[in-house]
Amino acid sequence: MENKAALSAGERLIKSKRNRSLGELRGKILVTLCALIMITATVSVTIFLTVKGLQSFLVNHVSPIEFLTSTNWNPLADDPSYGALPFIFGSLAVTFLSALIAAPLGIGGAIFMTEIAPSWGRKVLQPVIELLVGIPSVVYGFIGLTILVPFIREHGTGTGFSILAGTIVLSIMILPTITTIATDAMGALPSSLREGSLALGATRWQTIRKVLLPAALPSLLTAVVLGMARAFGEALAVQMVIGNVRSLPASLLDPSATLTTIITLNMGHTTYGSVENNTLWSMGLILLIISFVFILIVRYLSSRRKI
Amino acid sequence: MNSKVADRIATGVFIAIAFIIVAILAALFSFILFRGVPQISWEFLTTPSSSVRAGGGIRDQLFNSIYILFITMLITVPLGVCGGIYMAEYAKPGKVTNFIRSCIEMLASLPSIVVGMFGLLVFVNTTGWGYTIIGGALALTIFNIPVMVRVSEDAIRSVPAEMKEASLALGITHWHTIKTVLIPSAFPGILTGAILASGRVFGEAAALLFTAGLSTPRLDYLDLNPFSETSPLNIFRPAETLAVHIWAVNTNGIMPDIREIANGSSAVLVLAVLIFNLLARWLGSAVHKKMTAGK
Repeated sequence: MENKAALSAGERLIKSKRNRSLGELRGKILVTLCALIMITATVSVTIFLTVKGLQSFLVNHVSPIEFLTSTNWNPLADDPSYGALPFIFGSLAVTFLSALIAAPLGIGGAIFMTEIAPSWGRKVLQPVIELLVGIPSVVYGFIGLTILVPFIREHGTGTGFSILAGTIVLSIMILPTITTIATDAMGALPSSLREGSLALGATRWQTIRKVLLPAALPSLLTAVVLGMARAFGEALAVQMVIGNVRSLPASLLDPSATLTTIITLNMGHTTYGSVENNTLWSMGLILLIISFVFILIVRYLSSRRKI
Repeated sequence: MNSKVADRIATGVFIAIAFIIVAILAALFSFILFRGVPQISWEFLTTPSSSVRAGGGIRDQLFNSIYILFITMLITVPLGVCGGIYMAEYAKPGKVTNFIRSCIEMLASLPSIVVGMFGLLVFVNTTGWGYTIIGGALALTIFNIPVMVRVSEDAIRSVPAEMKEASLALGITHWHTIKTVLIPSAFPGILTGAILASGRVFGEAAALLFTAGLSTPRLDYLDLNPFSETSPLNIFRPAETLAVHIWAVNTNGIMPDIREIANGSSAVLVLAVLIFNLLARWLGSAVHKKMTAGK
């Protein structure tokens, strides 16, 4: 075995001499090219979507103020109006509400894995979280459609297609994101913090609440923001359960629509280049801008990380 | 309140949360599998789907999913691994590297529907291809490349520095060290990451709606000429994948057995993801064992 390894190492050396400088250059060019492709992809996504997204304002003269503040979305009327506020509101509502549900569960799960039962808890919960990540979003949507929507219909008012259904589906979807990052954050805390607090006679809960949570706060907020980013961009699962209506919802049990669901539904039905189609691209631009904002928030939070 | 009592209550709450998370997963899986697995039969997997009649299968959708996954990984893995090598070995700390890192971060956080819209704009309309497999695969590449780069970079960085230094000390050039020392050692990590990424690609639908389309032409599985219109291997044909099929059936399906088809397809999808997960764990550790303990 050793002999064989030595031989192959020798062969490798001999081979390497033959095309050393050429291979070196070629390798460097190859990987640099790949890095350039990534930059090109990012830049072209930004440029293409920005140019296309601004067309409705620049070419079709849809007022940006109306687009962002009017609640009247009626592109097919004789006097068409393009108010996307109900969809922007819907997107923000499901995003914040689902974060409100998923954040305590996710951070709680993370604390369970790192503080309460670091050995067996992690062994059980880690694969569970990984499997939850793996379930495709359409399957979440389908389950929501077959369980949640009928349940809400029977126990509440309306059709069951509602913000509430969308929120619940999304909270389950972003739960693993939040839990994973929060677990890393809690696990990265130096154990001297824990030991110091416990040595002073603090109970485990006091240690968690007064020492560990404040220390990990920026990272935990990062986890929540990344979860919100995922919720904000999710399209199909929400579209299947939220009802997709054009009006502002009055309660949690009312149907609603989000930017992503309207894009999903109407992109295929509208003619490419028409005003309505162009306003869908403007909504895409809003999605892009907001995902930038989420990145900026994450950057700001990670610069505030204390440990 | 006594601090010891508070401590007990808090512990109870955390245990309850962990229990809830496990219960959610158990409920989801048992729901999908108990309702879906009975629908899966050889016939279901090998009959073409029908848009009006009951009894349609998922043959074409399943094939499309696997084929698109294959082409996506064919593009993503080399690109991602090279990108990872660049970030781990060649990138010097500075503005350019920071910019690339921001680019990766941004690509990673793009909503998949936005990736789909970009694909529609560039790979469908600008190129004039229409809905194609290659368009879908390229959109999925954009969606997947940040994951692959990160996985490769982490795997390469976690190779012990001594191995690299020993190789360089023997007079072997940098690129050759990367090729013969770093990549083989990082291989298990990259493999695991690639398989997990495959699971993600397999279940992705939003990015494919506007790029690979919602329809599949009539396919002749005996026609293996990739340039023929009816060949399943043709990359310039529209292709509805399994995940897209589940969505389409639930949203605008008119066949009488929507529930059965959706149940069966979801179960196939979830089982595939489950297999990808198990395969990633098993293969990663098996390759690692073979490469480290054998010598």
